[in-house]
Amino acid sequence: MSVDSATVRKIASLARIAVSDAEAEALAPELSKILGLVEQLSEVDTTGIAPLAAVVPNHLRLRDDVVTDGDIRDKILKNAPQAEHGFFAVPKVIE
Amino acid sequence: MTELTNLTVAGIRDGFRNGDFTAREVAEGFIGQVEGARALNAFIIETPDHAIAAAEAADRGRAVGEFGALSGVPMGIKDLFCTEGYQTTAASHILEGFVPTYESTVTAKLFGAGAGMLGKLNMDQFAMGSSNETSAFGNVISPWRRNNGDGAALAPGGSSGGSSAAIAARLCPAATGTDTGGSIRQPAAFTGISGIKPTYGRCSRWGIVAFASSLDQAGPMARDVRDCAILLEVMTGFDPRDSTSLDLPVPNWQAALSGDLKGKRIGIPKEYRVDGMPPEIEALWQQGIAWMKDAGAEIVDVSLPHTKYALPAYYIIAPAEASSNLARYDGVRYGQRELPDGAGLQDMYAATRAAGFGDEVKRRIMIGTYVLSAGYYDAYYTQAQKVRALIARDFEQAWTKCDMLLTPTAPSAAFGLGEKQADPIAMYLNDVFTVPASLAGLPAMSVPAGLDSQGLPLGLQIIGKPLDEQGVLDAGLAIEERAGFTARAGKWW
Amino acid sequence: MSNYRIQGATGEWEVVIGLEVHAQITSNAKLFSGASTRFGNEPNANVSLVDAAMPGMLPVLNRECVRQAVRTGMAIDAQINKWSRFDRKNYFYADLPQGYQISQLYHPIVGEGSLLIDADEKAGIPEPKTIGVERIHIEQDAGKLMHDQHPTRSYVDLNRCGVALMEIVSRPDMSSPAEAGAYIRKLRSILRYVGSCDGNMEEGSMRADVNVSVRRAGEELGTRTETKNVNSVRFVMQAIEYEAGRQVDVLEAGGKIVQETRLFDPDKAVTRSMRSKEDAHDYRYFPDPDLLPLELEDSFLVDCRASLPELPDAKRARYRDALGISAYAADVITADVETARWFETLLAAGAEAKAGANWLTSELFGALNRLGRTISDCPVSPVQAAQLLALVADGTLSGSLAKQVFEIMLESGEDPAKIVDERGMKQTSDTGAIEAVIAGILAANADKVEQYKGGKEALFGFFVGQTMKAMAGKANPKVVNDLLKKALEA
Ligand SMILES: [Mg+2]
Ligand SMILES: [Zn+2]
Repeated sequence: MSVDSATVRKIASLARIAVSDAEAEALAPELSKILGLVEQLSEVDTTGIAPLAAVVPNHLRLRDDVVTDGDIRDKILKNAPQAEHGFFAVPKVIE
Repeated sequence: MTELTNLTVAGIRDGFRNGDFTAREVAEGFIGQVEGARALNAFIIETPDHAIAAAEAADRGRAVGEFGALSGVPMGIKDLFCTEGYQTTAASHILEGFVPTYESTVTAKLFGAGAGMLGKLNMDQFAMGSSNETSAFGNVISPWRRNNGDGAALAPGGSSGGSSAAIAARLCPAATGTDTGGSIRQPAAFTGISGIKPTYGRCSRWGIVAFASSLDQAGPMARDVRDCAILLEVMTGFDPRDSTSLDLPVPNWQAALSGDLKGKRIGIPKEYRVDGMPPEIEALWQQGIAWMKDAGAEIVDVSLPHTKYALPAYYIIAPAEASSNLARYDGVRYGQRELPDGAGLQDMYAATRAAGFGDEVKRRIMIGTYVLSAGYYDAYYTQAQKVRALIARDFEQAWTKCDMLLTPTAPSAAFGLGEKQADPIAMYLNDVFTVPASLAGLPAMSVPAGLDSQGLPLGLQIIGKPLDEQGVLDAGLAIEERAGFTARAGKWW
Repeated sequence: MSNYRIQGATGEWEVVIGLEVHAQITSNAKLFSGASTRFGNEPNANVSLVDAAMPGMLPVLNRECVRQAVRTGMAIDAQINKWSRFDRKNYFYADLPQGYQISQLYHPIVGEGSLLIDADEKAGIPEPKTIGVERIHIEQDAGKLMHDQHPTRSYVDLNRCGVALMEIVSRPDMSSPAEAGAYIRKLRSILRYVGSCDGNMEEGSMRADVNVSVRRAGEELGTRTETKNVNSVRFVMQAIEYEAGRQVDVLEAGGKIVQETRLFDPDKAVTRSMRSKEDAHDYRYFPDPDLLPLELEDSFLVDCRASLPELPDAKRARYRDALGISAYAADVITADVETARWFETLLAAGAEAKAGANWLTSELFGALNRLGRTISDCPVSPVQAAQLLALVADGTLSGSLAKQVFEIMLESGEDPAKIVDERGMKQTSDTGAIEAVIAGILAANADKVEQYKGGKEALFGFFVGQTMKAMAGKANPKVVNDLLKKALEA
């Protein structure tokens, strides 16, 4: 599968990474090459094989319903590029 | 104090206990080494205050007869581990300035055992790379040089390249690494040191910046096998904060360590004999087989038929997980924010991520986004997870014939910085021998086994059954005892 | 089948409705973190490092949330999947710190089930109707964005972020706004019985995504729109009405319905297109690699089932069939778990079922309505109410006295016996006293006595009224009747 620069722009937009037209142009053959590598997988017969669900046999443990965390607003906001009045601030969103 | 910096972890630990020197002397010795080796660019930040504070605490402890398992041992910490109060970047601009308010489980265990931190080690950005050329903070330069006098700067391997370079150059006796597809083992092989990736789930992932969650596993890197065992005992253990953590006791690997392999069967997988592999590596592999026999092991030929599909499966699964794991870097809660004039929220995301992520990270996020996107999910991701199941099954079948596998760690010795950067695929091929064990979650280690004709280290890899770190360490020790690897990089920095 | 139809310019249209209800699971801590779920705290107070998606943070699943989802599934006779799994739904938004919502797309914990909506002749639901439930899955709630605090910025509060939700997805089995309303009311009733969600729509504990399409009778399903996050039964009904009408208008004008996400504006009772979410439809779902598959043990399922209470339909049937309560009262009392619980405490305190049910549906509900209160903040306890009913049953209080005592109880919160005692409100059956009063009244109204004896029997009521009045309402009406008859016939 080879991807063109329009596809690259679409993927980049889904991934929220701004790309210039020149970057999209340059990325297209790179990504195509990687996709070429991974597409070898299509030749493997996987009939009747279940996708791997757990890397090492293990059970999902469940946690008790107890409040053990929170009340750490200073820590939560400490690294924020912009925090005001106890909130994170972002450019205005219009819904 | 330079001789102190030649000591192994065990040597420092024992000498400190015996009163041969103070922890502070050790810390100061290594701090001096770190300061003198900035040309290697192995550290993103140096944290001498942390190392000194830990050393002073160790010295005070010793005065009252209290010792931790790592009292007096200073270490380097890969910058993928969140360290409370110390900048953690994953070698990416996007996290520049991020100072965690929490300590990763693994570093908390190490520091709790008395270890100190000399600094945060450089690495490939978000652990994506095999040469340390994707760091936003510059390449790490391997202390090793070719013996032809060309003076070319070589790659220390990746992604734990700061760790491997720092240990090889004696800037620290040991360091943490993380391994997603070979990021402990390949740099260890490139720099003539040892490193082990334990069974997936042995080390808690809590507080380690995630690359690919189903593959990421922390492990120690050090000069020899015994040091790896000592560190592994401290780093591993059940953590209820990580749902994939194994709820199992930590074995006493160190005490049980033995290079005697009588009764063990070592498998040689024929599919690891790849086209274009240098004859020196093939020869070293044969030498390793001879050492194994000498240590009492029986050698058996085994087949892992899906080996050639490991790399393609890995380059679907790891980028897919990464594309999602790295979505949180959006400039809202931490790290860098890029806000062009008049930008809305989504524009801010796109600008922040464009400016913050390096090229390789962007490449992998885009591959991951693509393979998960509508219409492609089954053909790529589901198929890759099925192939992954087949790869795991290959190993299970091999375990009916043998206890461990012996392979080369990497298909080449260290290459020059810049040599493979133009071609991502050539770079990815570096991990061809390490990726299968990662996909199957198996314990695997690299130990230095010899030098190539250019005077550069080569490593051999042992892959073990799930949870059989002991077998892996023992086989590693058997090689170490026979290889007598004492070469080290000549100091040029 | 509902006979709800939209009369278009070109003919009749049917409406097809499916609902995805998001119900907040009742729990102390969040789905994957130890932070509190409390409502109304300071911004970002109920937030852990996990909820804020700090680097290296990992989810750990809350057992109670799993238990409540399973119990809810059992309450609607749904298939419980012993093997389920969490997936990531990837999209970028400021209320979603991870950049993905942990949800269950491929393997939900609860599969196919159903619930029964009740007949409601007036609302155009001639008979009970089964509504299919396709699935229930567990997922994380998002945070909250505040747009009105700053001219150029939105503020992010992550308190709700990571709170556990059940998404209950119905089949497109509803065909009128009334059926959709009945479905939500019934679902809310069941959730509150089970205790898996408090059903508080004002606080956002329950909200619905409303899928609507229209078609001509007998035709294939039309293209649907999804109106997000509608947070009251009334709004759901309004949204359907508006949206169905809009779609008919578009189609009749030769247009096409765009499959899209819409928003309900409660002020204007209209829906409108939500452009901000339009490019986010490729969610790139994949299994969350931070979590393992969720495998439920048989013992866990047995415990879940054993802990289920009697559910509204079963309770209603029992009230009617075993307790002899009227169908109307049984409906009213079982509709909400709090009322049923109140009623059962009343019975446990000795009240007779039919009398208790009648009193509750008339007297108590009348009073609560007047006071603007609900049964959970009723000033009179069920035990006190049982005492009141006992005083009526043993003849201490007449019906009208009981009403007076009840009024005083509502105001003072005092026990009825105390009120009766202190205020001398006991009904009297003292024949001597009553006979004396009657004698006086008959003497003072000799003319009327004559008329009565002459055949004007309607005057009997007059004599009863006069006697009761003279006795300040405290005379036992039956005794008064008997004695009057005796005196007038003498
Ligand atoms: Mg929905
Ligand atoms: Zn949902």
